[in-house]
Amino acid sequence: MKHRDLLGMEDLERADIERILETANHMREVGERDVKKVPTLRGRTVVNLFFEASTRTRASFEIAGKRLSADVVNFSPSSSSLKKSESILDTARTLDAMDPDCVIVRHSVAGVPKCIADVLSAPVINAGDGAHEHPTQALLDMLTVQQEKGRIDGLTVTIVGDIAHSRVARSNIYGFRRMGAEVRVAAPPTMIPADVETLGVKAYTSLREALEGADVVMALRIQNERLVGSWFPSVREYSATFGLDRARLRFAKDDAIVMHPGPVNRGVELSHELTDDRSSVILDQVRNGVAIRMAVLYLFAGRQRGRAAAEETRP
Amino acid sequence: MLDPASERDEIADVLCVDGRIEAVGAELDGRGAEIFDAEGQWVAPGFVDLHCHLREPGQEYKEDIASGGRAAVAGGFTTVACMANTDPVNDDPATTDFILDRARNDSPARVYPVAAATKGLEGKVMTEMSALLNAGAVAFSDDGRTIMDSGVMRRVLEYSRLVDVPIIVHCEDRTLVGDGVLNEGAISTRLGLPGNPAIAEEVHVSRDIKLAELTGARLHVAHVSTAGGVEEVRRARERGISVTAEVTPHHLTLTDEAALGYDTSTKVAPPLRSAADVAACRAGLVDGSIDAIATDHAPHAQHEKEQQFTEAPHGMLGFETAAAVSLDLVRRAELSPLEWVRRLSLNPARILRRPGGSLVPGEPADVVVIDPEKRWVYDTAKGHSKSRNSPWAGQELTGRVTATFVEGKLVFHVDRGVLAP
Ligand SMILES: [Zn+2]
Repeated sequence: MKHRDLLGMEDLERADIERILETANHMREVGERDVKKVPTLRGRTVVNLFFEASTRTRASFEIAGKRLSADVVNFSPSSSSLKKSESILDTARTLDAMDPDCVIVRHSVAGVPKCIADVLSAPVINAGDGAHEHPTQALLDMLTVQQEKGRIDGLTVTIVGDIAHSRVARSNIYGFRRMGAEVRVAAPPTMIPADVETLGVKAYTSLREALEGADVVMALRIQNERLVGSWFPSVREYSATFGLDRARLRFAKDDAIVMHPGPVNRGVELSHELTDDRSSVILDQVRNGVAIRMAVLYLFAGRQRGRAAAEETRP
Repeated sequence: MLDPASERDEIADVLCVDGRIEAVGAELDGRGAEIFDAEGQWVAPGFVDLHCHLREPGQEYKEDIASGGRAAVAGGFTTVACMANTDPVNDDPATTDFILDRARNDSPARVYPVAAATKGLEGKVMTEMSALLNAGAVAFSDDGRTIMDSGVMRRVLEYSRLVDVPIIVHCEDRTLVGDGVLNEGAISTRLGLPGNPAIAEEVHVSRDIKLAELTGARLHVAHVSTAGGVEEVRRARERGISVTAEVTPHHLTLTDEAALGYDTSTKVAPPLRSAADVAACRAGLVDGSIDAIATDHAPHAQHEKEQQFTEAPHGMLGFETAAAVSLDLVRRAELSPLEWVRRLSLNPARILRRPGGSLVPGEPADVVVIDPEKRWVYDTAKGHSKSRNSPWAGQELTGRVTATFVEGKLVFHVDRGVLAP
């Protein structure tokens, strides 16, 4: 890995991504065993630093860490309990003094993992920061596509939904493009961020055009209730215009797969029938999440044995 | 010697007597006088800053009038106009009085208070402008608490004709800014941070110019940051509307790309813009659409700036880097040294209709000495401000203020530091 930290897909080279996916394939075998545990990270401490609640992602990292025999510590300072006089960086400095081997950071504001990484000695894994990036989600999406399609290069991936506020969209745009796929985004105009074409994608306000010839259709979760009314008129109108169902999926390729980072708002982003359809790979995504996070922990946390050991080996 | 008031750019001596300029010319008789040798350097009228935040009263942990005044003279500013967003707000004569009193005792730089245009900066009830003027206010502004109510703004401008001083406006339509924290565009999209669109400034400049035209008031547009904003001001001036404008050193030299590492010292209001906006601001300053360079010196404590990007307060330090940073326009031959000095001294003094900004005999002996080639590293720990929020912290800069005189008295020397009071 070229970088010490995994802050975003934007920083990863194609070779890095290939290595992570390949490692994740090995890790998947561990998950299929009777005893799903290997001693790889024994004696290492992995800290889940989640400023923003997320049961699913946290559990996925925790299981991944435990399968690699790491000691996983959950640390969830709620933003409200942070005193005004204590900054995010103070929290990071405190944590650094405890000498962890890897810190997984999630925060509702873009850039926090980067700022924490700047003061920590241990590698930082971004588990989602605001509308910026969510690299392990993109990696597990890519692993899923690779399994289903046998390749990523040359595919057409259409991402549907609130691109403006989505870290999943950004990470997938960078990742799939780096691996040679064509990426399209489709959303109401208010949910397409400014100058989105500078990310190397084509933006569509017609779902039908965006789906034509797509191999992969990825629906994003409409998550923020406060966006209703100011960014789009209503959930009903959204699902009527950008919700996916079997009929609309016919615009895509016959063998197109449907993805969703979960949890699905059934009847909003995806119709009931489509959520459970055989074109849907949503549960494979979840399964691959653990494998990807094991791979990432192995490659980033397993690299050096903490600060003390690193100093010992210094000439 | 560079004096825009007399259009002189020549090698000359400057003689000061009793705090005033006595004579300027070659080979003056300096017998009996204290000699300051500025050979090979630029000698210019002291800089006048139309826009800064000194934080006193109320936020002395960020800055106070003493520390702000020291930072000002270290940057060549002999006069600074401080905004009203203190605690309490400078919206009554007692507070104006307090600021002036502090300044007289503690600050090596002359301080001109800008009083609030509305009570408590709430954008509702106008302040007692004539009483504030008598107390020493030089202009009125709600600055960052932009007056959104167009009816209130109209009355403020209309009433200000009574006192005939500038109304300084921070032009950002708050409904268009929304929760935007950096320029809306490719960079905000890449960083995943909410964008603040250029149109928020443009529509507001346009509104205030219309109201200035209607009322005949003297409008001064603070820290223009967008190509559209510059164009609005340019067209208004062509039509003879009484509007002046300023631009900051950071909006002249930095783009939104400076925020790529999420460095909160780059978070300012209005935000750093695109390269095209920077080019338009520079062109506007060169062609005279924008009159002055103003710092918007805005100190914030480290723990405040160490918050996540959306929470960190807006603003960066400006006094000690303004000259070096804005000299970029001279180095790139966009401004002559004389025209650069004009925009830092004479033009801002004229906007306020105050003495200064001039080396003409009889003017106050406020003088700055600049070594335009000197390379130095800006170490915020050794800086004079109480705060350290600067994107130039630790960087090597070219061009430095080497000495500053206020009323003939040496108040700053590059090797000896701030000398008075
Ligand atoms: Zn302002």
